[in-house]
Amino acid sequence: MFNGRDVVYCYDGSYDGLLCCVFESFVRQETPVGITAGTQEQLTLAEVLNVPTNQEKAARVAAAIPQKISPRSEELVKIAFLTFGEDKDLLILKYLQIGFRVGAAVENMLADDTVNALNKAILHCTNEAHRMKQFIRFSDFDGYLAAVIEPKNKVIPLIADHFTDRYRNENFLIYDETHRMALVYHSHRAEIVYDIYFEMPAASAEEERYRELWKSFYDTIAIKERYNPRCRMTMMPKRYWKHMTEFSENEFAPSKSRTEAIGVNPSLPENN
Amino acid sequence: MDMFEKLKILGESAKYDASCTSSGVDRKGGASDGIGSAASCGLCHSFAADGRCISLLKILMTNFCLFDCKYCVNRRSNDVPRARFTPDEIADLTINFYRRNYIEGLFLSSGIIQSPDYTCEQMIEALSLLRNKYKFYGYIHAKTIPGADPELINRLGTLADRISVNIELPSQKSLNTLAPDKSKSSILLPMGHITNKIRQNSYEIVKYKAAPKFAPAGQSTQMIIGATPDTDFQILRLSEAMYGKYRLKRVFYSAYVPVGDQKLLPPAGTKPPLLREHRLYQADWLLRFYGFKAEEILDEQHQEFNPLLDPKCNWALHHPECFPVEINKAPYEMLLRVPGIGVKSAQKIVTARRQTKLDYPDLRKLGVVLKRANYFILCSGKRAEGLIVTETGIMRQLMSASAVKELEQKGGFEQLSFFAQEDSAGKFPALPSLPTVEDTVKCLTGEM
Repeated sequence: MFNGRDVVYCYDGSYDGLLCCVFESFVRQETPVGITAGTQEQLTLAEVLNVPTNQEKAARVAAAIPQKISPRSEELVKIAFLTFGEDKDLLILKYLQIGFRVGAAVENMLADDTVNALNKAILHCTNEAHRMKQFIRFSDFDGYLAAVIEPKNKVIPLIADHFTDRYRNENFLIYDETHRMALVYHSHRAEIVYDIYFEMPAASAEEERYRELWKSFYDTIAIKERYNPRCRMTMMPKRYWKHMTEFSENEFAPSKSRTEAIGVNPSLPENN
Repeated sequence: MDMFEKLKILGESAKYDASCTSSGVDRKGGASDGIGSAASCGLCHSFAADGRCISLLKILMTNFCLFDCKYCVNRRSNDVPRARFTPDEIADLTINFYRRNYIEGLFLSSGIIQSPDYTCEQMIEALSLLRNKYKFYGYIHAKTIPGADPELINRLGTLADRISVNIELPSQKSLNTLAPDKSKSSILLPMGHITNKIRQNSYEIVKYKAAPKFAPAGQSTQMIIGATPDTDFQILRLSEAMYGKYRLKRVFYSAYVPVGDQKLLPPAGTKPPLLREHRLYQADWLLRFYGFKAEEILDEQHQEFNPLLDPKCNWALHHPECFPVEINKAPYEMLLRVPGIGVKSAQKIVTARRQTKLDYPDLRKLGVVLKRANYFILCSGKRAEGLIVTETGIMRQLMSASAVKELEQKGGFEQLSFFAQEDSAGKFPALPSLPTVEDTVKCLTGEM
């Protein structure tokens, strides 16, 4: 509905900051060619407009989304903000433009290119969050559980409730290596922390024992006559294997027979 | 005997059980000093080298057994190493695996030692340790012991989320030959008992908030495919009856893997009938989610699945009178019957067509497999542009890539003709079937 203009909006990378970009776009009645978060320096010939984050403007947009569009759309936009696509910010802006024009009906416009692209990105993100619930592996360090993940999307906010509920009586940490953020749950309180660095300490003998028991169970449960590595890879893409116990080699006792049993070289996880 | 050895033996003995799902119950929270929850969609925590999901710690309590069922690896007469877990060991292993997010819970089954009642009591002890001492709120699937006292089964059901009785073989005759210690009634009786108990419990928890829940994730069963001469049609009708009469949540099919030489069974080295198992699961899905009846998928004249086509495509080709379907008008139930349209894409079509008339490129965006669907649909009265309808063309698009390859090696599509020769009644003659393909075609390649 707005005219496209050869301008790139630049904001601080926060959700409120993005809402201010939306505000700006409505004030100026224009659609920029791109929106970038402050951290990424972008080489562009277009004019760059710095959009400062303003709580008041952000609050106005935030309140308008559930009111003028729908609560469901607000949810979608919040998840879309966690996705990793380069154009996610612009996609959110375009989605909201349609939303403010047609209202809740935007949810049903599944064949529209913008809505479709946004839904695809969200699906990728929620699928990855689901995979994290499946494939995260914790290690026990003196009663403190820790896990490392490398997701493409910022999935931690989406999996926090699941794990804090499940391990309500434990203390644990989930470290997202890609985005350098972590979910820390300590004394029944959960917190998401940013810009941190974490490295797994060495495992204790007891921890190592349960890992080996699990690997042994994993190898045992497969039926040789039904060997089907392609199906396994479809269900459990290789990029998740890196942090999974069943594919990690015990540094002290690498075994050749095991490599044959599971049909892969566990020390060489590939990215795909 | 150390834990490693026990886990190997008792995991090995349990691996032929197909059901490893953790779905059907949503339980958040629970006691604040407890551990665990259950998600209704279920979570698969890993996938084994055979592509099957690992959701639960699937073990036997013991593989010592009084029974001598011919198809079973743990039969009395089989010479295999035996072991037995104590209830404490089971609870400790479950909790420690669960804390590390390896598993969603426990699947406990057992060989029969001393007596069915004693075996059942031992299982109950392990489960109550988990539930009461460790305050475990995760998923538990328990297998009932044939012949155990109903009162014990009741107690098992209040501790477990799902309980199951394996029907094992699809007919009384097959049971007589292969499982002399079991009979149809000894299987169906407890199954019926559990069904009644679940129904009764659903009234109780409405009346009394604190009433203990009985198997909240319902009941499932499993049968072995390919060990006996029962036909696909018999099996499918049996499943339909169990979904209806016994309100089972799931029926699992397990392709028979030869376990030792037995003269009554397929010889060792026989490949498990994986394609047949795959077709049964496809048909099972049609029963549960697509509104099909068993008689529509197979009938007295066609008792076996077509190895080349999945059951839905097969049905569509035999019912040209139902097609083409108008995408912008057809009811949801009819959309579901179009090859290339699944539950999700059908729902999306229904949602999206409220806003706009849908065209072919739109359908692609909604996840419809046009390659297959093209032949069966119209968008606003129009066929897809440039669509050429030839019999081999349709066949090629409806078959899986591996089946196409297989057929080409066997002499190509020329042998297949079913559109050319309509018989006098105006119906298509039966599709040609190549039973030899069955064991060689690799199934489960990304289609399930």
